Amino acid sequence: MSASSSTKSMTIGESGLSLTFAVTAFLCVFAAAKALDTAFAFHASLAAAASAASVFFILNRYFERRELPPQEINGRPNYNLGPIKFASFMAMFWGIAGFTVGLIIASQLAWPALNFDLPWTSFGRLRPLHTSAVIFAFGGNVLLATSFYVVQRTCRVRLAGDLAPWFVVIGYNFFILIAGTGYLLGVTEGKEYAEPEWYSDLWLTIVWVVYLLVFLVTIIKRKEPHIFVANWFYLAFIVTIAVLHLGNNPALPVSLFGSKSYIAWGGVQDAMFQWWYGHNAVGFFLTAGFLAIMYYFIPKRAERPIYSYRLSIIHFWALIFLYIWAGPHHLHYTALPDWTQTLGMTFSIMLWMPSWGGMINGLMTLSGAWDKLRTDPVLRMLVVSVAFYGMSTFEGPMMSIKVVNSLSHYTDWTIGHVHSGALGWVGFVSFGALYCLVPWIWNRKGLYSLKLVNWHFWTATLGIVLYISAMWVSGILQGLMWRSYTALGFLEYSFIETVEAMHPFYIIRAAGGALFLIGSLIMAYNLWMTVRVGEEEVQSPVALQPAE
Amino acid sequence: MKPIIAVENIASSLVTTLWTPIFVAIFIAIVTYALWPRNKAAFDEAASMPLREE
Repeated sequence: MSASSSTKSMTIGESGLSLTFAVTAFLCVFAAAKALDTAFAFHASLAAAASAASVFFILNRYFERRELPPQEINGRPNYNLGPIKFASFMAMFWGIAGFTVGLIIASQLAWPALNFDLPWTSFGRLRPLHTSAVIFAFGGNVLLATSFYVVQRTCRVRLAGDLAPWFVVIGYNFFILIAGTGYLLGVTEGKEYAEPEWYSDLWLTIVWVVYLLVFLVTIIKRKEPHIFVANWFYLAFIVTIAVLHLGNNPALPVSLFGSKSYIAWGGVQDAMFQWWYGHNAVGFFLTAGFLAIMYYFIPKRAERPIYSYRLSIIHFWALIFLYIWAGPHHLHYTALPDWTQTLGMTFSIMLWMPSWGGMINGLMTLSGAWDKLRTDPVLRMLVVSVAFYGMSTFEGPMMSIKVVNSLSHYTDWTIGHVHSGALGWVGFVSFGALYCLVPWIWNRKGLYSLKLVNWHFWTATLGIVLYISAMWVSGILQGLMWRSYTALGFLEYSFIETVEAMHPFYIIRAAGGALFLIGSLIMAYNLWMTVRVGEEEVQSPVALQPAE
Repeated sequence: MKPIIAVENIASSLVTTLWTPIFVAIFIAIVTYALWPRNKAAFDEAASMPLREE
């Protein structure tokens, strides 16, 4: 069909979005010219360039295309895979970037000269770059990719929206770019895991609302009557992150043309909001979202149904009811009222139940398929991730108990705990999901090499074990040194003596991080080769229809 | 200065007192729904949803 024979017109999305971006480009150039600080000028210029590029791509796409992609082909849903491919690629990219920065700052703690005495490479700026890159950039892109995949497959419809899914994945990565470069330039709100300044926060709000709409409308137009449990977890993740983001970020900018802003909350209220946000970022970003991955990818890979769907419902609602109250355990022995601390501790301990319920549900899904652990390293990765989930959700409530916390708080024990969850649970479940997802969305028969997955698995596992055991020993040692008194009632150790005692453990930790990074490089090579040289899966639509 | 969150009026104090029984009741209702024997077949079918795709 030649282009002349079909009449086409711009969709409301195409015309509206290109117009909006054109206006935004102009406004951003204006803001860049009026900027009060260089970081703001840089970000406004980036936004102007990105907006102009968006206008170009939207118009170009319009002139290139004939009609919009159909919802169904031969009666089967025409799944939208483009945004998923983009998010998967970005996940791998940010993963390697984030792990690398982590290795750099781990090495800086062991050998402070690696700061290079430059502001941009100082620990204080690289540390939020590391945490945001691994949590929000790597983890976030994994969640975007898998949620868009799972919601389409389990609802049996094409993803809602034409440009909207692209807006979400590209917009989200642009947010990461602004936030990350901001940290390096010293732009920060100084709130842990919520460092981005007011303009990045506003942009993320827009992107996130569109994400919610795309996800929700896809569910609304589903062909499958039942909403699969993974979609419940994804939806809880999306909705709660929106609420947390808005609650923790009502900031007033000093000027419309400057990067600095001040938060509306003050004092202990601000601290409580911060850790209500912070702990639920763990609960709903790093737990609910990745549990959705567990509930879809483990059954799929093991080719077994979920062990107990009833348990998954109770797991979901128990998590929702309990998690939101656990935040105050980050503020034990502070100005926060004592009853609030005890409340946070109590809810954290209660969280043991749903966490372990979920872990058992994930592990027992392998009933009748345990032998696959020997032959399938991808499934092994997914299952070990659930084991780490169980381990770190046991350790977390234990550390929230005030007496334990008086020893563990502010020490490396916390860092060890966080990384057993982040590397073991979130990292491994993401790796497992990407190993499944990449061959599916690029239509490949399988991965390039299962042997390389095996190498990745063992390198990364060894890395995690080195990391967390070093931090446990270091943390408890540190805590005990801080609280030891001499017979005369003086503190036995000066602070620098405790730092000196940490040194060997910092080296072991950096070695563990290096192994974890090497594992991810093996993975990137494997996935790259899967896409480049992997054998295509032949799909004949006729043969796939079962004769009924 | 007025506090940001003030628990003063009857409605808000009622809610702050009653949320525990309300939430507990909702949760018990959910657990009952999940464990209700008649729902078992539908849930067992839902458990294998990822495996039934085309």
